[in-house]
Amino acid sequence: MKAWLARPWFGPLVALVVVYLLFVWLSPDTFARSVNLSTMARQTVVVAIAAVGMTYVIIHGGIDLSVGSAVALTTVVIARVLERGSGPLVAVLAGVAVASLAGAINGLLVARLRITPFIVTLGTMGALRGAAKGLADEQKVDADPSGLDQLMSALSPSSPWLLPAGVWIALAVAGLAALALGYTVFGRHVVAIGSNVRTAELCGVPVARVTILVYALAGALAGLAGVMEFSTLTVGDPTDSIGLELAVIAAVVIGGGSLAGGQGSIAGAMVGAVLMTVIRTGCTHVGVPNWVQEILTGAIIVAAVGLERLRRRR
Amino acid sequence: MARQVSRLELAAIAKAFGSTRALEDVSLSVAPGRIHALLGENGAGKSTLMQVIAGAERPDRGSMRLEGLPYDPVSPGQARERGVAIVHQELSICPQLNVRENVLLGAEPTRLGLVDARRARQRTERALRLLRGADRPLDPDTLVSELSPAEQQLVEIARALAHEAPKLLILDEPTSSLGGDDVERLFASLRALRDEGLAIIYISHFLEEVRRLADDFTVLRDGRAVLSGEVQASEDDDWIAAMVGENVTQGAASAVRTPGREALGCTGLVSASGLAGVDLSLAQGEVLGIAGLVGSGRTELLRALFGLEPFSAGQVRVRGQRVVPSPAAQLARGVGLLSEDRKSEGLALALSVADNLTLSKLTPFGRWGVVSPRRQRGVAAAWVDRLRIRCRDVSQPARELSGGNQQKVAIARLLHHDVEVLLLDEPTRGVDVSSRAEVHALIADLAARGKAVLMVSSSISELLETCDRIAVMRRGVLGAPRPAGELSEHGLLAEASGA
Repeated sequence: MKAWLARPWFGPLVALVVVYLLFVWLSPDTFARSVNLSTMARQTVVVAIAAVGMTYVIIHGGIDLSVGSAVALTTVVIARVLERGSGPLVAVLAGVAVASLAGAINGLLVARLRITPFIVTLGTMGALRGAAKGLADEQKVDADPSGLDQLMSALSPSSPWLLPAGVWIALAVAGLAALALGYTVFGRHVVAIGSNVRTAELCGVPVARVTILVYALAGALAGLAGVMEFSTLTVGDPTDSIGLELAVIAAVVIGGGSLAGGQGSIAGAMVGAVLMTVIRTGCTHVGVPNWVQEILTGAIIVAAVGLERLRRRR
Repeated sequence: MARQVSRLELAAIAKAFGSTRALEDVSLSVAPGRIHALLGENGAGKSTLMQVIAGAERPDRGSMRLEGLPYDPVSPGQARERGVAIVHQELSICPQLNVRENVLLGAEPTRLGLVDARRARQRTERALRLLRGADRPLDPDTLVSELSPAEQQLVEIARALAHEAPKLLILDEPTSSLGGDDVERLFASLRALRDEGLAIIYISHFLEEVRRLADDFTVLRDGRAVLSGEVQASEDDDWIAAMVGENVTQGAASAVRTPGREALGCTGLVSASGLAGVDLSLAQGEVLGIAGLVGSGRTELLRALFGLEPFSAGQVRVRGQRVVPSPAAQLARGVGLLSEDRKSEGLALALSVADNLTLSKLTPFGRWGVVSPRRQRGVAAAWVDRLRIRCRDVSQPARELSGGNQQKVAIARLLHHDVEVLLLDEPTRGVDVSSRAEVHALIADLAARGKAVLMVSSSISELLETCDRIAVMRRGVLGAPRPAGELSEHGLLAEASGA
């Protein structure tokens, strides 16, 4: 029992349950319905998948601001490939490959030129956005989704799968990533570098290689999030997902991630992502105006981190 | 010699930290217009004494008087108000600010919340004028990052002097990061300050510096002032004898160990970090000690051999093969380093004992680089048992362990990695007495099993107790190693400090 209490995601999970029950109580007719649960799950998928990659980056001691631009670029790449008549699998692979490459470039710049991750990814945030706009000729790219839309669309009530494929993919990715973080040499090296990079160097950890891999992984997962975004939009949109990176970082931080590195958990980031969706959806159901939602979400981010600090001080 | 009233008078000062008695009974008198050198080996109590005088620590017993008046500062701020200022060994200046801003940092004269530019200029100029011994005066508007190390040191001193009436200045090893010319420039300024009537307490390990600069001296040993007097009227030998004391440690020639072939060596190693052509040959089954002062290049040598610091010339050999050192490559060849800086480099304090212990060699479980936490904990627990590391269990964060036990975790990592060559930088720094003996026994055991150990220590008696051979490092040059049995603490200390 005590071990559970000490987990970094325990606090956010309690907050999630409390907020959820609050909205169930305020809006029992609509909020608690299973259709709404499924909708909220679908709305969390993009942030959740990107947050898996961001968790690695933040535990490693870095930050990735280029996520939103990478998602938008991925949707454009997929649309362009589909437009040429290629199959959906080729389009998805192309999209994820481009995003992974962008991530690997982030990693190379951080590891080899030793530029701080904030600056590097601030730069690529702009560059990838520009690339997306260029590739899309500065407008939305229409293409036949060739079944990719099925990943995120609501299922018929009779379906045995309960939730759309995108949600299951997100859960599988999160589960695998959590296992890899805890139980592989790579994962332990990521934690060690974020905790104390000098110790990691002293112990012969291949710091540069791990760094490049971490950012490439974050890019790949941003690409996968881009696939889900395309599935939702069914067009390639170069102006999509502006500011998405901030929601993704918020999810990680709410879930116990520390921007100083060495701390964070995939489970916590998932709870953080769901918490933000619940607040947004709940507020809509109760009829709270948009601007109040924004204030609430901002307050929750700061409160979550502040409470965690207090808990640890004791 | 008849003097006016003492600037600072200490009577029977005592201070203990837990069960460690840092200061037993120190009495000291510092005269105005004199430079008073404080000598002593590491751990003799010099730093603690300075902390007490500067108000950072309060003594358990004893009393202090400043210009005849009772003096009992409860904080560094209060000490400064009475005119007592300390300049620490490490520079603490803000390179992006100019000289004036650095000098007045934290004590800016204000009017209506704004910096009072006129008074700021006056106060800076007064402080800088006191340093007029400098061959060219410091310009208050220069960025500190553009100054030489010696001038930066002067800025720190100016900051200490910027208060209303400076009476006593304490300098803790101010030359450890300075080159030859810079030292002269600093000394000229200090002499000028002395002639203004300031009292200066000067801590240094370099006996030659003390002889050139100081008027009076006091030797501390084991928390007591054991000898004091005028510099002119005493010999270097008297100082060293007082620093070392009666319990003269002689090197013990080890009969058990038979050194084998060369395990690690280097020729002509030169680096920007201060190595000036170092040759070394370390044999399997021997413990080779390096004596030398802080800043002599001993730590830099270990780091260059391990690949943590680049070198510009020379070569490194492992088992006769020329290699390009990098930490990962050296570990793969069986060469491991124990960092002197346990807290910021040696350990990842937030990580568990098990993570720290196995980090360099996470035994993969099967393929795909999968780690089994159960096996990892099992391996760590075995080392915790063997080295008697005191911790709740191996998942306890390293931060919560005592210094001695943290050090054992760092050493256990090298043992877990099963290295053949151990580069140990201050293996017993901040380690309690019993753990220290255990670490020494461990080193002896490793050498007996054919491992090669290169050990740096500030404690010469420790080197004499544990090493087969000892070499002295001085200003980036390593002397020839000699059998420990032929060496004495007295002789090594004299060599290292340049007497």
